[in-house]
Amino acid sequence: MLEAARCIVYRELLLALRRRSDVATALLFFVIVASLFPLGIGAEPNLLRSIAPGVIWVAALLSSMLSLGRLFAADHADGTLEQMLLGATPLGVVALAKTFAHWLVAGLPLVAIAPLIALQYDLPAALYGVLALSLALGTPVLSMIGAIGAALTLGLRGGGVLLALLVLPLYVPVLIVGAGAVEMAAAGLGAGAQLLLLGAALVLACAFAPWAIAAALRISME
Amino acid sequence: MTASSIRWFWYASPQTFFPLAGTIARWCGLAAALLAAAGLYVGLFIAPTDAQQGEAYRIIFIHVPAAWMSMFLYVVMACWAALGLAFNTRLSGMMASAIAPTGALFTFIALWTGSLWGKPTWGTWWVWDARLTSELILLFLYFGFMALQAAIDDPRRADRAGAVLAIVGVVNVPIIYYSVKWWNTLHQGASVSLTRAPSMAATMLTGMLLMALAFWLYSIAVTMVRVRCIIKEREA
Amino acid sequence: MLEAAGLECVRQQRVLFAGLGFALRNGESLRVAGPNGSGKTSLLRILCGLLLPSAGEVRWKGAPIRSLREDYSRQIVYLGHAPAVKDELTAGENLEIACRLAGLPFTGDSIAEALARFQVPQFSFIKKLSQGQRRRAALARLCLSESAPLWLLDEPFTALDAAGIELLKGLIAGHLGRGAMVVYSTHQDPGLAATQVLELA
Repeated sequence: MLEAARCIVYRELLLALRRRSDVATALLFFVIVASLFPLGIGAEPNLLRSIAPGVIWVAALLSSMLSLGRLFAADHADGTLEQMLLGATPLGVVALAKTFAHWLVAGLPLVAIAPLIALQYDLPAALYGVLALSLALGTPVLSMIGAIGAALTLGLRGGGVLLALLVLPLYVPVLIVGAGAVEMAAAGLGAGAQLLLLGAALVLACAFAPWAIAAALRISME
Repeated sequence: MTASSIRWFWYASPQTFFPLAGTIARWCGLAAALLAAAGLYVGLFIAPTDAQQGEAYRIIFIHVPAAWMSMFLYVVMACWAALGLAFNTRLSGMMASAIAPTGALFTFIALWTGSLWGKPTWGTWWVWDARLTSELILLFLYFGFMALQAAIDDPRRADRAGAVLAIVGVVNVPIIYYSVKWWNTLHQGASVSLTRAPSMAATMLTGMLLMALAFWLYSIAVTMVRVRCIIKEREA
Repeated sequence: MLEAAGLECVRQQRVLFAGLGFALRNGESLRVAGPNGSGKTSLLRILCGLLLPSAGEVRWKGAPIRSLREDYSRQIVYLGHAPAVKDELTAGENLEIACRLAGLPFTGDSIAEALARFQVPQFSFIKKLSQGQRRRAALARLCLSESAPLWLLDEPFTALDAAGIELLKGLIAGHLGRGAMVVYSTHQDPGLAATQVLELA
């Protein structure tokens, strides 16, 4: 079972390596969206500092959602998803492995590049750690919730917009707690509680999301 | 025990449920109209004017029951959806999709009346109050459910996919509510809140309960009418 | 033994077939025939468990496949309409990953040999191959699936040239000779003797 999960992660990473531009596009999207806000709002440093956590989190959320469309759609089109459903491994494990790989490709780079955006917003250097940690805990949850939506909208017309409609409301708690962690740290109150909440959400998502993704995949593949 | 469970599954068949749904719809609709009239009379004419808010407070006779129904109907919808997934009964999925528009309607009414109340009370149409915000997200959840079902042509897939979404949503509703509440306390400077209810006169409570009951019966009646349409559409 | 009883399939509110049943014993083959849109693919998808029939059930050695799930999946090889190979991977990588996920035993040599039998270049990317070669790359999996007691092949002969068809017929005959079962669908007779023929209207 672990062997199969490792094989799927390896496969996804290999595919991502061969389609490097897709990964770069999502990352660029994140940077561009985050850079647009000062242009729209004005470059008043205090204002930027106060909106930075929210802006970075919203941009990360949109960027991670943007890449969800590819999570199952390509495998669905060429028939490999069918083979995964019929594999020797329980579908929940397959779903978890695929989602983990999606996070490695679409979530982890955001965590790495977020401090750079924070620099643009003149966030104090002491907050970089909390920002990166909150994203590192939160983006896997986003990937898992998003994977449920991606599995449900598989092969539907207007799938991309529909996916956003389904998934964005469910992202709200992660956004609130994630951005809240940085704001609490900025206010000098300590972000421990928020980070623990994000961790709890991650555990909860790991426990339930694979089941929901697997059920959704079976329904969509009929 | 076995006899009653057979009876339940007997009504789980759309064909046998169809005439029953018609009867329920008629009686519940009638009762809803009477109760709503009584509730509105109590609310608009008998209940005393509020000392602080004047006449504007009377909107709670619509607002509060609508907010109750909006949340309650989402849970009911998710329950039907779960039943459909577990027992593979066709009627459950139909019930879930019949409830969704009514739930969305009540959510919208709760938002609309909340906003109408906000203008004279707080001087603004919209405040990011915890309850209003979570109602707004609940509305998005309803829209997502309906949009997903509308995008799927095959009714069986539509039912089952909607069911998974409804279950995921119902797990999330309390999480969303508490996170929004926490977010609200973090951000709200001057505290305006719907939670601080004025001490309520007995007539106010009566009016509110009458309206709540009327909304319940209305929901049942409308759901039954809609489920009859769905049965006709699919089984024709 | 593979049994189907009272299968009914409804797609887009249209009944494709109803009351369909058969029993397939070791060493037997079943050919599913019928015109386009008659439900051949749906039947094969029901048999492998991807599609739930609206009535009836499929049993494997007496147990319904719904309750067996992965235990049943391990016993079967299903090749669907789409060749199930990734464009960005080489034929060899595709085969290796497919075997790993299906739990089929393989070695580097056996993969090279399987691809060589189907004359597919092991190290070229799938996106550079023709339609027929893609099909061959997918079918090469059958060479490594000798241990699976049931093959379910959906239109395996399409897009193949004469030599490819002969090769596949040989593989199917060899598998039946080992006492395994093969179910395949075709819209034209490939000239392969089948124990049973199921004609869908």
